[in-house]
Order: sequence, then structure tokens, then C-alpha cells
Amino acid sequence: MAMKTCAIPFEGTAEQKESLLKVIDKYREIPGALMPILQGAQEVYGYLPIEVQSIIAEEMKVPLEKLYGIVTFYSQFSLTPKGKYKISICLGTACYVKGAGEISKKFQQKLGIESGGVTPDGKFSVEDCRCIGACGLAPVIMINDDVYGRLEGTDKEVEDILAKYQEVSE
Amino acid sequence: MNRINKAELNTIKEKVEAQLNGKTRVLVGYATCGIAAGAKPILEAFKKYAETNNLDISIEQTGCVGLCQYEPLVEIVTDGDCKKSVLYGNMDAEKVLEVAESHLKNGTVVEKYVVKTIFFDKQERIALRNCGGIDPEKIDDYIAVDGYQALAKVLSSGNPDEVIQTVMDSGLRGRGGGGFSTGMKWKLARTIVPDADQKYVCCNADEGDPGAFMDRSILEGDPHALIEAMAIAGYAIGATQGYIYLRAEYPLAVKRLEIAIGQAKERGLLGKNIFDSGFDFDLEIRLGAGAFVCGEETALMVSIEGNRGEPNPRPPFPAEKGLFGKPTILNNVETYANIPRIILKGSDWFSSLGTEKSKGTKVFALGGKINNTGLVEIPMGMTLREVIYDIGGGIPNGKKFKAAQTGGPSGGCIADDNIDIQIDYDNLISIGSMMGSGGLIVMDEDNCMVDMAKFFLEFTVEESCGKCTPCRIGTKRLLEMLEKITSGNGTMEDLNEIEELSEYIKNNSLCGLGQTAPNPVLSMMSNFRDEYISHVRDKKCPSKVCTDLVQYKIIAEKCVGCTICKRICPVDAISGEVKTPHVIDQDKCVKCGVCVDSCKKFKAIIKE
Repeated sequence: MAMKTCAIPFEGTAEQKESLLKVIDKYREIPGALMPILQGAQEVYGYLPIEVQSIIAEEMKVPLEKLYGIVTFYSQFSLTPKGKYKISICLGTACYVKGAGEISKKFQQKLGIESGGVTPDGKFSVEDCRCIGACGLAPVIMINDDVYGRLEGTDKEVEDILAKYQEVSE
Repeated sequence: MNRINKAELNTIKEKVEAQLNGKTRVLVGYATCGIAAGAKPILEAFKKYAETNNLDISIEQTGCVGLCQYEPLVEIVTDGDCKKSVLYGNMDAEKVLEVAESHLKNGTVVEKYVVKTIFFDKQERIALRNCGGIDPEKIDDYIAVDGYQALAKVLSSGNPDEVIQTVMDSGLRGRGGGGFSTGMKWKLARTIVPDADQKYVCCNADEGDPGAFMDRSILEGDPHALIEAMAIAGYAIGATQGYIYLRAEYPLAVKRLEIAIGQAKERGLLGKNIFDSGFDFDLEIRLGAGAFVCGEETALMVSIEGNRGEPNPRPPFPAEKGLFGKPTILNNVETYANIPRIILKGSDWFSSLGTEKSKGTKVFALGGKINNTGLVEIPMGMTLREVIYDIGGGIPNGKKFKAAQTGGPSGGCIADDNIDIQIDYDNLISIGSMMGSGGLIVMDEDNCMVDMAKFFLEFTVEESCGKCTPCRIGTKRLLEMLEKITSGNGTMEDLNEIEELSEYIKNNSLCGLGQTAPNPVLSMMSNFRDEYISHVRDKKCPSKVCTDLVQYKIIAEKCVGCTICKRICPVDAISGEVKTPHVIDQDKCVKCGVCVDSCKKFKAIIKE
């Protein structure tokens, strides 16, 4: 099976590497250290390209393929960068019953990308996610850490939500 | 902050009570759903009002009371008297001013914003006892409601076997899945390897079942209850270390639990020599990374160990060989949340609630097509009808109840003819569903039961870890058969094959995920066979959900020829002259439904 790597060139900085090494040192000795290290690494870089995995493998003295096996197993670990604003559409049962599938399609249409994709300017990424546990407000979406609930899925609503993030950065 | 001893628990309790005595309290529901609905500006507005008007009141953030439909919620308890409690719903910063001016200043309740509901009347809150009542970020608040008294009690008794006996006698069963006796689990872990040098207490807080959020609510609303219960469990089985495996999707729960663990350590309620009893116990949080299968106990443990979360065959069971190869118990958050109360009030009290084989209460997350969405805790044995129509307030928009799904992707649906069933572990299994972790999703006539079965299978296909073939490939083939049916290409043989393959997957999969994956399909097929048959034989989706089986049509008599739909259609499938009825070219139509929305005025376009 071909290894999944990222087409976007890796642009890690020296500061990022320093932070990563700090994360590794913090957890190195605890039992089951790899998960918290990978989580910390993803926080530093925003994703886990093979270059980052290599540093961890070397530091922790584990085979790279073991690490790659772990990274590809868990859905929260990403091999490709996410958008600056990560739009997660909850596809839990309560949301789905209330039309979350349609809302996901609306966002994909508006941004011209498919689920799992990033806009060319790197600003937005859209993905369907597992239940975020706000079922009482279904259907819900999350943009980074902001939760939007009781959505109706109209064109205007989707545009209004996206507009909030356009203004912030421009 | 100093370590506290048993006597000081009472001192702290008295101190908090004295502070609140006679004082008016404003409690703002401040869990994830409350914050998403806008609780933050509300909390700030109350604080600002109290400050500018010099009011001597207590403004507190609390967990979630469970009535999500009316979030953001604010409870005002006048003069510290719980009989004078008023719940305001759907609040915003403007309403805060009105309520503060009238209620806080002049003592007049603003009736128009008061939530009047029987939502709470039939509930019995044990696991959720403190959610919405205390500030989860203050350990003293928890101590003031008898927190850590149960831990103090078991440590001073000096008898771990007695603790296990109490839990066994209470009849408590695991609230996360299969419903195994909690006391029995603890007893096995205590006795099966007598000379174990280390044992572990684990908590499954990886609430992966879509549609269930009671564990999040407890973690966000009452985190100390979990800490106390795990310490009690540690004492009972002889473990000094605990791990909480928590979903990373719950950032607020992570934060509150971290705060709570920090406070407990500071006060000596975790760590060395707790309450000077010689008992040591420590807790660590480990975050999940989004794999549903890690809710399975063996998978959860290998994930904590830092591996791919793939399950292992049992035996050996974790009680014998669990985390890091040591005897381990694993319970979920709701199960643990019951423990301190059982210890304090006794097993007889707990077992007096519920049915013969299912004791106590169960929390359900009511969601989907129901008026009062939210968290409800009911005594076992209540009927589904009471939950849906009394507590839940029935189905919105005058629609008809079709089915309720319990047990998530491992469970099944309960149709109309079983709505009077008494909810407990065994009754649900007898009708092809299961308790699971307590998601209860209500579906109405607009939900297609083939589509729903497909939804759950898509979930299990996605979440199958791939270790065993029946689950990895079997569920995929099952999904393909359902896709064949929803696209209008199904045959009657497919229905039989679905049943056959389902049985095979159930009998041959390695872990609970695969063994239960076919349940939603089987249960929906047996309850709604007619619906499956109309998809296959008549190529119709009665609920008009399956896109390939519906058509959009223009009713000539209603169409005035305004051309709006013609202009809006993205694929130019609509033709017709101005002021003459239009028609849709079925070959071109992509069934996006935009035209229906554009014709709201005349309602000339229908889906059938």
C-alpha cells in the first residue's frame, strides 16, 4: 500500500521544532507517551506530515512505520494541513435526523471544496465530524472552537456564518 | 491551600452554606450547549448589573440542567430558598436587563420568560444530581453538597470488601453498553490475581455513541463526582492509579476535569495518604483521538498504552490482564457518577428504584424530532411513551411518531407498537434494541428507515478498525446492498441476503463493534419491512428521502408561469413560457430541490 504523504511542501520552522522537542521531553518518560506527543505535535504544526513523524520516531526510538500506523488510525490526526478556520459539520445521529447532511453539502458548495478539502487560499477547510455532543442544539457545526447550533441550512445562513470569518482576517 | 481531613469537609460545607444563606443566587447554565446558545454575554450582563446596582447576590456558572431546548437557561433562587426558584429560558442580554430590573431589584418574576414545563417532574436525578446546581470549577461547592463524604466514609471503614458488597447489592449495572454488574466487575478485579503488584482503575469518557452526551454533561457539570468515585473504586480493588480516557472533541470537559483534578490534588483528596488513611490514589487524563472503536474496553486500553486502538480477543478479561498487562476495571462516567450516592445512601435505597433486574436510574439524551431535546434521568421501568410524550413534550410540527433509536449504531429502533415498553436493559434487548450509552433519537414520518440504516452502517464502516474480516469487509458489503436499495436497484433477494450476512457478521466479529453493527439494519427491517419492500418493489421512498427514488413535479393547475423556478434551476431542466405552466425534464433534473424552495408562494412544485 502506498504511503499517504502530503503534496504541500513542509515548511516547519526552527521554533516549531523547538516546541516539538519540548513536548517530547515532557511526555518521554510516561507510560503510553506516543498519543500525548502526537497530540502535542499536531497542536504545534497543525498537522502531522511525515517530516514531523520522523522527528518523533527518532527521538522516541520507535520505528516510523509504527508511528505512521498510529497517525493513520485515529481520525483526529491529519496528514494534510487544515484551513485557518476549520469547519466541522457534526454528523451525529441527532444532527443527521435534522438535516445535517444537507448543511454539509451547502458549505461544500459555497466554498467550492469537498468534505476533507481546504480552500486554495488555506482559509477554510470543511469536514464532517463525529458527534460533538451538542445534540440538544442540532443541527450544529463547529468553526475552530465556536459552536453554531439550531441551524436551518438556508443559503443566507451559511453565507452569514462564513462572512464572519472573512471580515476577521481581511 | 492545605490538605483537608474528614472533619474539615463539614466545616467547608457549613461555610459555603453560611455564605449562601438567605442570599439570592443567579445560576447561569454554562456547559458547551449553553455557551453555544449564548450564555457568555448573559453571565457578563448579570455580573455587570449586580456591580452597577450594588446588589449582594451570588452569580454562578453551573453545568447543564438538561433542558437544551430552552438554552440559554438562567435559574434564580430568591433568598437562598430553593422553593423560590424560577427558571428562565431562551435568554439573551436584553432579557437579562429586564429580568434583573424586575426580579432581582423588585422581586417581581417576569412570567413571559419563565420556562413552564413538566420536563423535570418525572425525573429522578442521581447521576445528574449536581449538574446545574453547583459551580463545577469550585471544589468547595462540591463539598457543600456532601462531596467527598463517600470517599471519607469508605476510607474510615477500612474494609474494601464491604465497598464491593455495597455496590453489588445495589444492583448497579454498567451504564455504557452491555450492562454488566459493576460490583461483580470490581470483585473480579480485586480477587482474580491476588498477588498483583499494580492494578488500574479506568474511566471510559470516550463517549463516541452519536447522539449521547450525558457523560459530557457530567464531566462539565460535576467533575469531582467522577474523581471521588474513581478513588473509591481504587480503594475497593486495590489500585493506586487511575486513567480517564476522554474524548478530545470535548474541550470544555477536558478543561473542567483538569481544574478539578488539580484542586483535588491540592487538597490531598488525590495523591498520597488520602484522609490520613494510608491509601494513595492518583489520576491522569488521556485524550482520545477520534476512534469510535476505542469505546471497546480492550481497544481503549491499548490506546492508552500508545498504540493503534485495535481490540483484542477476550479472555483474558481486563479484570485479569488489562492496562499494561495488569488487572484493570473500566466503567463509564455515568456509572461512576452513581457510586458516591450509593455509598452514602446505601444499596437498599438504590435498589428500591427501578425494575427487578435493572436498578436505579438511567440518563437518556433525548434528541431528534422531539420538542424538549435534552438530558433526562429517569427511574428504570418508565415507559417510552412517558419519556417521549410527557417529559419530551411530543413530536414537533404535528408530525407522527415513527420510531425511537436507542443504543446508537449498536442498537435498534423501537416502533410505535412497542411504545408502552418499560425501559430497562432486558426489555430493550427483547425487542431487538439495547440500552447502550443512552442516546434516544426520535424519528418522525419524514425519516426514511432505509436511509437511517444506511446512516448507521456508514458510521460503522468508517469506524471499523479493520482488524477482523467479518467487520471490515462484511459491513462494507452490507452498506453496498443498502445503497443498491436506496438507488432503486434492489431486489427481494437482497433483503434476504442482508439478513444472512448480518447474522454472519454478528456471530464472527472480534469485538462489540462488529458484533452489534448489523443491529440497526436488522431492527429497522423487522419493524419497517413494508418500507423496505416499497423501495425494492415499487421503487418508491415513502418518506421521500432517498434522492434516486423521488421526482419533482410541477402541478399545472397551480403554476402561474412566473418563471422563477426556470431561472433558478442550476441545470436548466425547467421549461415553459411566461404565464403558462412549466414542466420539469426528469432526465435533466438533478433533484437538488432548489425549485421547491423558490416556489413557496404558489406551492406548485411537489416532491413525490
